[in-house]
Amino acid sequence: MLRIKSDKTMQAVKQKRTFGVAEIILLLSIAILLIVVVVPVALIFFNAFFVDGQFNLADLVKTLGEGETYQALLNSLFIASGVTLCATAVGTFFAWLVTRTDIPYKGFMKGMFLVPFMLPSFIGALAWKMLLSPRAGYINRLWRDVTGAEDALFNIFSFGGIISIETMYLFPFVFIQVCGALERMDPTLEESARISGAGLFTITRKITLPLVMPSILSGALLIMLYSMAHFGTVAVLGIEVGIYNIPTLIYERIHQSAGSFDSIRTGTVLASVLVVTAAIIIWLQRKILGSGKYQIIAGKSFRPMELKLRGLRTPLFIFCLLYIGLTIVLPTVTIFLVGGLKTYGIPITWENLSLENYKYVLFEWDQTQQAIKNSIGLGLGAATITMFSGVMISYVIVKMKVRGKGILEFLGMLPFSVPGSVIALGVILAWSGRFGINLYNTIWIILIAYIARYMAFSLKANSAALEQVHDSLVEAARACGASMWQALRDIVLPLVRPGMVAAFFLIFLPALRELTVSVMLYGTTSRTIGVAIYTLNEDGETVTSAALAGIALILIVTGQTIINHFAKTKQA
Amino acid sequence: MAEIVLNNIAKSYGEHAVLQNLSLTVKDGECFTLIGPSGCGKTVLLRIIAGFESLDQGSMSIGSDVVADAGTGDSLPPEQRGLGVVFQDYAVWPHMTVRQNVGYPLKIAKCNPAEAARLVQKSIDDVNLSGMEDRLPSQLSGGQQQRVALARALVAEPTLLLLDEPLNNLDANLREEMRFEIKRLQKNLGVTILYVTHDQEIALAISDRMAVMDELGAIRQIGTPTQLFSEPADEFVFSFLGMSNFLHVQAENGMARFGEYSFPMALGGGHSGNGRIGFRPSDVVLRRSGEGIRAVVHRASFLGAITDYQLEVDGQHVRTAVDTHEALANDLLLKEGEECVFTLRNFHWFN
Repeated sequence: MLRIKSDKTMQAVKQKRTFGVAEIILLLSIAILLIVVVVPVALIFFNAFFVDGQFNLADLVKTLGEGETYQALLNSLFIASGVTLCATAVGTFFAWLVTRTDIPYKGFMKGMFLVPFMLPSFIGALAWKMLLSPRAGYINRLWRDVTGAEDALFNIFSFGGIISIETMYLFPFVFIQVCGALERMDPTLEESARISGAGLFTITRKITLPLVMPSILSGALLIMLYSMAHFGTVAVLGIEVGIYNIPTLIYERIHQSAGSFDSIRTGTVLASVLVVTAAIIIWLQRKILGSGKYQIIAGKSFRPMELKLRGLRTPLFIFCLLYIGLTIVLPTVTIFLVGGLKTYGIPITWENLSLENYKYVLFEWDQTQQAIKNSIGLGLGAATITMFSGVMISYVIVKMKVRGKGILEFLGMLPFSVPGSVIALGVILAWSGRFGINLYNTIWIILIAYIARYMAFSLKANSAALEQVHDSLVEAARACGASMWQALRDIVLPLVRPGMVAAFFLIFLPALRELTVSVMLYGTTSRTIGVAIYTLNEDGETVTSAALAGIALILIVTGQTIINHFAKTKQA
Repeated sequence: MAEIVLNNIAKSYGEHAVLQNLSLTVKDGECFTLIGPSGCGKTVLLRIIAGFESLDQGSMSIGSDVVADAGTGDSLPPEQRGLGVVFQDYAVWPHMTVRQNVGYPLKIAKCNPAEAARLVQKSIDDVNLSGMEDRLPSQLSGGQQQRVALARALVAEPTLLLLDEPLNNLDANLREEMRFEIKRLQKNLGVTILYVTHDQEIALAISDRMAVMDELGAIRQIGTPTQLFSEPADEFVFSFLGMSNFLHVQAENGMARFGEYSFPMALGGGHSGNGRIGFRPSDVVLRRSGEGIRAVVHRASFLGAITDYQLEVDGQHVRTAVDTHEALANDLLLKEGEECVFTLRNFHWFN
């Protein structure tokens, strides 16, 4: 019935030597990564290392040595180190508590400890500013009223403040890694140590800790990377008192001196430092995860040994609740309450609260309406484009046998190590008319930057999904008479669809609350939600800013809930 | 017509040559088995015929059509070769039901829906999966998935069916059942089957003709299963087709000599000089004493119907398989360390 018809037999379907579909897809993939990631980063390096077209390392060193630049580098390093230490300790402790002890309501607490992942840290910083700014902060005022003291209880505009706030929002990186490792660790490893006569303390020190060490380190490095490149918290809490880190200084330079050569140059030098640091961190992390040690904790779930906390059970439980209340509930409630006030600083009482600000932000003021529209549009656009190009690029990397694929594998690694502020600076260099296209101050430049920033998420989700699709599934379709395209449409696409949906939301939700990139790129009509919240706060419009932040939180939490719901029904 | 002709083909991956100067003809309507140790290139050969791998040298035709020619670089893509393939790992699509899996080739061929439904049902019935049409592969056992793959390969009535170790992951009973099933389908549908395996029992049982390949990808011998079994071309073929023993002997004047024992060389009487004889465990006739090759029982394993002895003969080991009833009747249940003698019913001479 499906016999070969001899007339079509040799219509020269030349597989190898012609320029086929495979090559087109490969070139398209390389082109996307080149345009979106490589060119901007290359321009940054070019500007940093070349002066007047000449390679000039001395000038680079000189720029790094200048007072403010040098100070920003030190600050970044100091803040990142502090945050890494604190967040790793906090994350490891809570991970141990919810996986290896008999503390009550584990599931609930595990969920709560992951909430900071979804909350934007600059909104948290805003909330804490409202509570702990030395003069106007509600807690500090309460403190003075109650004790009669002159000084504030705690000044949030300080290194201590910045490190505390970042710790609150970044510790889940370590928490989630260590939880996973502890849950997947074969309990017989510990049990055999126990049989050999080791006490619980010795087991923890000699067996458990070394085994989860790679997870702890890998999470710690992620925190380090994130904190080095983090803009929001330092911008909200540091700039006011002259504390700059690398991203905030880049922002300040670019923003204030309107594209002068010197400021661009300082920016590119700082950005280069960030890229190199990020590359080193990512390299270290891969090395740690790649080392054989980690293999012991692979495989299925076990029921781990649980430590009886006895007398400490209730105090530790209360401690956890307090921590959750203080770091998650309190700032969130503060945002919503302040968003309801007429002006910042008046007491929070029923009479002073109304929904006026929310109405104003949502229905009356075109600037905030525009920002919400922009953010949703940018999120949808970036998520859609990045999802499709990510699946294409991953397909080439994971599945295709085509010459020149090695280049793509290398380029595919790049998006993982380029921080947001670097991407923003790069797209400014690339899309401000240098190549004949000037998108500066338009929404399109933000879209391009978002695609570059979130490409890594899409590549990760999609290649994971594609690795599950065994080659023989496609070959079986070909043998059944399907062409390459039909096999892609009928077999590959349906099977990677969950990965693509995951990629979409992994991009859409963070894009909705994005600040670092858009704050460097926005123009009068291209504010995002993040930018609007940030600039309103800068301009002293604290209550409007809080109202918008509250709306952003509602959007984010709703989105996350929908995804979680989908993920659950999918599994069931 | 689905005669496969491979004409002097070669394939290599980088420096590593998998197949060299290989020529082979599979006749229309026969069940042809490629058998060889793992890594011998038999799967590569199947993938070349299917069109998943290109040729470095030579040409290949299916029926009257040249489907690949390394000289011109032309190659007909797999989907236009009109064949059915069953993969070692089944390759049943996890997102489609049994019915959708089996019906896919017809959907691609744009077969009319009523006719397609009828053919799909017939295929599913043929492999005894009736009643499971709407299940997803995750709800099926390994053997059932295998049968889905088989039904899918057969539904469009291809003239050529390629099977890559399709019975590997099945338990013994199901394997036997599926073996008969494949044989029956071949007879009923007249389809040409190319079967790739490393399991000599299946190969001997299922093939009309078979080819034995060695580690270097060269074909050592082609013939019917009985030909290969009774007239192996060389030691490799002989040892690959079942448990085998070898002994060094001297041949002279139509007699072979091992130690002090001489016996007539019934097969190929013209040999002389030093050589090796090969024989199966079942060729060994065991006695407690008398004329024959002297041996000591090195290991004895009672396996039920058969008792398996490993004999030590002048530093070499010889395996035997003695029918337990016969051994009981003739007082031949030997213990480890006991002496015995044996003669050979049948053997092959190799240089």
